[in-house]
Amino acid sequence: MRCGFCLPACPTFRESGVEPESPRGRIALMKAVVDGLMEPDGMFRDQMNHCLGCRACEPVCPADVKYGQLIEKARDAIEDHPNHSLPVKGMRKLFFKGIFPHRNRLKVLGGAMKFYQKSGLRRVARETGMMKLFPRHLQQMESILPDAGVHGVVEKLGTVYPAKGTPIARVALFRGCIMDVMFAETNCNSVKLLSEAGFEVVIPPEQVCCGALHAHSGEMELARDLARTNVKVFKEMNVDYIVSNAGGCGALLIEYDHLLHEDAVWKEQATWFASRVLDISKLLLEYGRLPSFAESSVSVREPIVVTYQDSCHLRNVMRSGAAPRQLIRQVGNVIFEEMKEADRCCGSAGIYNVMQPEMAGQILEHKMENVNATGARYLLTSNPGCLLQMKLGLEKHSNTDKMEVQHVVDFLYERLI
Amino acid sequence: MLDSALAAQLRAIVGDAHFREDKEARITHSYDGTPMLQAIPDAVIYPKSTEQVSAIMKVLSAYKVPLISRGSGSNLCGGTVPVQGGVVMVMHRMNRLLELDTDNLVARVQPGIITADFINHIESLGLFYPPDPSSMRISTIGGNIAECSGGLRGLKYGTTKDYVIGLEAVLANGEIIRTGGKLMKDVAGYDLTKLLVGSEGTLAIITEATLKLIPPPKSKMTMLAMFRDLYGAARTVSAIIESRIIPATLEFMDNPTIRVVDDFAKLGLPLDMEAILLIEQDGDPETVARDIEMIRRICEREQADSIQVAADREEAERLLTARRSAFTALARLRPTTILEDATVPRSKIADMVRRIKEIAQKYNVTIATFGHAGDGNLHPTATTDARDAEEIHRVEQAFEEIFAAALELGGTITGEHGVGVVKAPFLEWKIGASGVEVMKGIKKAFDPDNILNPGKMFAKETKKRVIIHHG
Ligand SMILES: Cc1cc2nc3c(=O)[nH]c(=O)nc-3n(C[C@H](O)[C@H](O)[C@H](O)COP(=O)(O)OP(=O)(O)OC[C@H]3O[C@@H](n4cnc5c(N)ncnc54)[C@H](O)[C@@H]3O)c2cc1C
Ligand code: SF4
Ligand code: SF4
Repeated sequence: MRCGFCLPACPTFRESGVEPESPRGRIALMKAVVDGLMEPDGMFRDQMNHCLGCRACEPVCPADVKYGQLIEKARDAIEDHPNHSLPVKGMRKLFFKGIFPHRNRLKVLGGAMKFYQKSGLRRVARETGMMKLFPRHLQQMESILPDAGVHGVVEKLGTVYPAKGTPIARVALFRGCIMDVMFAETNCNSVKLLSEAGFEVVIPPEQVCCGALHAHSGEMELARDLARTNVKVFKEMNVDYIVSNAGGCGALLIEYDHLLHEDAVWKEQATWFASRVLDISKLLLEYGRLPSFAESSVSVREPIVVTYQDSCHLRNVMRSGAAPRQLIRQVGNVIFEEMKEADRCCGSAGIYNVMQPEMAGQILEHKMENVNATGARYLLTSNPGCLLQMKLGLEKHSNTDKMEVQHVVDFLYERLI
Repeated sequence: MLDSALAAQLRAIVGDAHFREDKEARITHSYDGTPMLQAIPDAVIYPKSTEQVSAIMKVLSAYKVPLISRGSGSNLCGGTVPVQGGVVMVMHRMNRLLELDTDNLVARVQPGIITADFINHIESLGLFYPPDPSSMRISTIGGNIAECSGGLRGLKYGTTKDYVIGLEAVLANGEIIRTGGKLMKDVAGYDLTKLLVGSEGTLAIITEATLKLIPPPKSKMTMLAMFRDLYGAARTVSAIIESRIIPATLEFMDNPTIRVVDDFAKLGLPLDMEAILLIEQDGDPETVARDIEMIRRICEREQADSIQVAADREEAERLLTARRSAFTALARLRPTTILEDATVPRSKIADMVRRIKEIAQKYNVTIATFGHAGDGNLHPTATTDARDAEEIHRVEQAFEEIFAAALELGGTITGEHGVGVVKAPFLEWKIGASGVEVMKGIKKAFDPDNILNPGKMFAKETKKRVIIHHG
């Protein structure tokens, strides 16, 4: 099918307006490679990497073309042609093999970052202009990174957290790797919110990275290894739901059945796993005893305007875009202002903004126009990548005093009555 | 491959970034919305202005290299597939609204503007441009003009041709012509405006269009009537028209279409209905209410199983969107979807739907039917598999017979999708040998070297009319 309905949904097509930068174009290129009409040359690789993987093309495709699976396959195939330029190779190796699969290393990195941030080294680095040695987009990234921590959610809260009141169900928290190092507080708040809503929460300490960044970049075998470990440790926990608070992770977790569908040994357990995955907003809203939320000092303050940036994967893959909005609307004294094109990718897309700074930057510019137009005090998201990207956006527009970016969970937790 | 001197000249006209000969660009302009057709062009070019288009054509006509103009490539007749190679010219960069003249109620646009963007803009200003092909979110006004696209509102408001009153176009030799203008009346010579509308990129490249706008209707109501009896639905269509009501929209979906559309749009449609009519009326509130009431009575008389009026605009819009996605939603069923476009006089809808069913049975192929029932424009759509040569052959036979049946009922081989490559072998069935000769003469006058979209409209060979066995 080549109807082209996916074209207007695609952020890269929108920025460039050319067919190769569209889902229909990319599929045609993949097919041309498969048909032997074209070599998977540098240009082809660049084009595949230019795709954000936001999958906005999927819900609008009436023919139900599974674009996400196609692009993963294409990138996997590219990985087999090892022609990356050296710096790209180095960066990828660092990210995929060196850091993400290894929680301990992440922690060390977290520690190092914390040291860097806390010790004044950051200040020295910034003041001496050391950061200028790095490419501009990395400098900008550095400036918005939150304070990293060595202590993750397990260190802070333990591995089992009881439910308030009669337990409704037993849920396992997927803590994520970036989430747990940079946003450990959000993880803790997630646990406490779940407990408030009547869930007993377990956090299997042996869980590993979801593998999303690997899968989306064509490192399929690594992704599958990680998936198998996760399936195993969560299965042992015997839980009703597996809850994620990062859209990017959740979207891969929910597709573990697909990821492992060719694996005779793990297929069935992967299906068990995938069928239990839910985003935290949806779980709270649809299955929990929803607590009340209110703006802290209601009486004096003006109503606060809040807007929400969709996490592409939460919306397009987990199809849970409505739940966070409904939750936000539950908070007293909040005016929810829908932003124009909230459903459009912010350009973060995993490590896309590091690898493809130009396109990501353009997309972010458009995004910030829409963000600013809402006049919101709070900009909420459901994914660490989007959160950082939005911070970057605010920083660039030096809007940090007028607006604050937060994870939905933190926003809600702070307003628990 | 293009001659390198030629390529250098083209590059010089538009700049390096907008002339491409690489594989990526060529492959992604080798297809359009039409299934099973692909041909790789030699180059792709993106002009920014009429002057550039003119300069490009001067160069190409000197080298006699084919030029295929392209909007969004959403057509379904192979209209932009470069079957004889050459250069594909993408009009996307020429996408500006040049003028909005509210005194004369006309708009001047460049051809690459996206139809829905144009319509949204116009509507936000309290004006109305009725042509709304189901592909409007992607299609361009230029593509609409070249195909004379129709849409859900065609029944009452007409199609693209009724709204194009002036054009600027570049001829094959690079000369620029202007036709019509902001005039509601103009009989100076042959009507070249109307001739270019629907010319499928074979006569000239449209570089600017003057479009007629109208005041929007004051109110609108949308209803859905469901039938267990297919012919009851078809008879309803005829009865509505006979009773002198022209609804704004009168759309038809048969059971297989209902199923897939519901699966895609999650509307909770009843899956056991044989047919659904989607009916919309607009105008003064009193007239709308009266018409909708009369239509309701007709539906009841024809034993509609249930009749619902959409509660609000949002619900109505959901229904319309669902109908617009019918074609692509059908594509979920089998790997290949072939949508056709047979049109009959609207009193013959019931007969035509019956004939399509019989023919599908005869050839043992799956054909779902939906379409703009109100203007007799049906889209019998085969869900099949291009890898199964034998089945595809049966599908082709079935379609030949469907076209023949449409003609027999006083209809035509295409109501809105155009001739392109796909219908070329059947053109003569509709207009006769002398009709084809006249058209070829016109083509020669515009494009003596046959470089504008060659291979379209006129087939080397005409298909023999199939013999239809009755009973
Ligand atoms: C899902 C779907 C639904 C559709 N629904 C409808 C419908 O309801 N009604 C309908 O009528 N059609 C419909 N179509 C067909 C198609 O969308 C229309 O024909 C549309 O007008 C094509 O516009 P485009 O910009 O994509 O043109 P293209 O497909 O790019 O081009 C179409 C033709 O126009 C020529 N052309 C393009 N631009 C110019 C120009 N500037 N000057 C000269 N020639 C030019 C091309 O050479 C080609 O022959 C549908 C298609 C799809 C995929
Ligand atoms: S991916 Fe889907 S929406 Fe895009 S062209 Fe193909 S069928 Fe159409
Ligand atoms: S995943 Fe996103 S960026 Fe990639 S083709 Fe689909 S819509 Fe475009």
